[in-house]
Amino acid sequence: MEIQPLSGKRKAYDRILRFLLYFCAALTCALLVFIIGYIFVKGLPHVTWEFLSTEPSFIRDTIGILPNILNTIYLVVITLIIILPLGVGAAIYLTEYASNRRFVAAIEFATETLTGIPSIIFGLVGMLFFCQLMGLQASLLAGSLTLVIVTIPTIIRTTQESLKTVPQSYREAALGLGAGKWHMIRTVVLPSSVDGIVTGCILSVGRIVGESAALLFTAGMGMSLNNYFASVDNFLHSSGASLTVALYVYARERAEFDVAFAIAAILMLLTLIINLSAKLVGKKLKKK
Amino acid sequence: MKQKLRPLEVIMNLLFLLCGLIAIVFVLFISIYLIVSGLPAIREIGLVDFLFGKEWASTAAEPKFGILPFILTSIYGTAGAILLGVPVGFMTAVFLAKVAPPRLAAVVRPAVDLLAGIPSVVYGLIGMMVLVPAVRVAFNLPDGASLFCAIIVLAVMILPSIISVSETALKAVPKEYEEASLALGATHIETVFRVSVPAASSGIAASVVLGIGRAIGEAMAIIMVAGNVANMPGLFQSVRFLTTAVASEMAYASGLQRQALFSIALVLFLFIMLINVILNTLLKRKKG
Repeated sequence: MEIQPLSGKRKAYDRILRFLLYFCAALTCALLVFIIGYIFVKGLPHVTWEFLSTEPSFIRDTIGILPNILNTIYLVVITLIIILPLGVGAAIYLTEYASNRRFVAAIEFATETLTGIPSIIFGLVGMLFFCQLMGLQASLLAGSLTLVIVTIPTIIRTTQESLKTVPQSYREAALGLGAGKWHMIRTVVLPSSVDGIVTGCILSVGRIVGESAALLFTAGMGMSLNNYFASVDNFLHSSGASLTVALYVYARERAEFDVAFAIAAILMLLTLIINLSAKLVGKKLKKK
Repeated sequence: MKQKLRPLEVIMNLLFLLCGLIAIVFVLFISIYLIVSGLPAIREIGLVDFLFGKEWASTAAEPKFGILPFILTSIYGTAGAILLGVPVGFMTAVFLAKVAPPRLAAVVRPAVDLLAGIPSVVYGLIGMMVLVPAVRVAFNLPDGASLFCAIIVLAVMILPSIISVSETALKAVPKEYEEASLALGATHIETVFRVSVPAASSGIAASVVLGIGRAIGEAMAIIMVAGNVANMPGLFQSVRFLTTAVASEMAYASGLQRQALFSIALVLFLFIMLINVILNTLLKRKKG
């Protein structure tokens, strides 16, 4: 039998769609390259040691973002401290303890719902509850507590996934040797799923560093250097702008575009680092 | 011999149960809080006047609280972003899942992930500094900040969600389907578009719904490019979205104005919940 060549119409269909596929993928990449390139070109020249290591001074008319860097770090640390036990605990409950399927489905539905809620709503509820009802005002603690709600789905999901990869035989062996359930989880299950928990933490850090709408009204817009840990009152009542909020304030309200671009460049660098490390940890997880 | 439950085990069981409940608690808490704080203003303004009032003048001597402009802007903006973003995202996903040589895919995929990780304020900054002036010059407008700019920024921001969810769905299509099509003489591209894509349609639909959710909930990026005046939407009008209406007045609002902002958040929340439910059914259908 002779093989017939493709008809002209089919050839054209093939060519056009193939072209469109390559074009769209190229467009996506071009967008990314443009964004990164533009931010770095505009921003990196303004990133100096002085910029990174000082606070804004009206007397000398200089702008420094040390307070914002510190605020971001504090937010990350405080949020992780609160969220790790909660999120990992929830994931453990879902994979190890829960026996009622409907209940698990309800929890998973709630987690997915949380993922879909926009950060501005988290910010609003956080402001109402933590800042006003609990009397924290705009402060790092209120910001962190709001971020806990924002990031808990991430931690639960990644931890759950890595818990599921722990072979059932490990658990059976531990139980067979007479270990209690908690003992088994502590000594067998958790150590073998550390990688997943770390990935969850890295992803959460990414989310926290990039978050702005949820922080605007909860952590506030404080731009000066503040020793939050000097007293309880300071810790609970001093507002502090994260890098993203600072970017917003400088770009929208003070028209300091060089500063905004410099902060954007730093944020992009952080995003690159966070993405890369999540990938490395993820790869390590797969090898196991 | 019956093993006695050790007290530690019981305590840990209870603790993990509490952690497991936390996601449900958060969702209930947010829903109830929004309803409780959102209803009073609606009651005072009147549901119809609130939802269908065409004028928002919250600080006028005789304040008007009609949020139809915000609702329509959010809907138009989201629809526009979907119209622009979905074709590009979909084609990129097809490219990644079915057509790209592995080496090329290994470059494009991290680029997509990175696009997802860029903080929204950075998108906003680029939009504000590049897109808005460009639109002003290109269309000869007094001010470039408009619904059009917001649509473009949103379209870029939803790309990663659309790409990654669609790609996952496309990859899950059984190989046999494609092999059967190829064996019948279809070309690779024909197979992809006439067999794989229809087979993955519910996953692709889920990606679109996810994109809608992202677009409707975004605040910080579009507050920087949309101009932020409470006009009825027009492509080159300066507009306000539901999200940006909340964000832009929250800092100084008080009294009824403030309560009306909570009501806006409640409306936004209802939109999001609806989208969440649709998304969940779509994803479930895919599994089943």
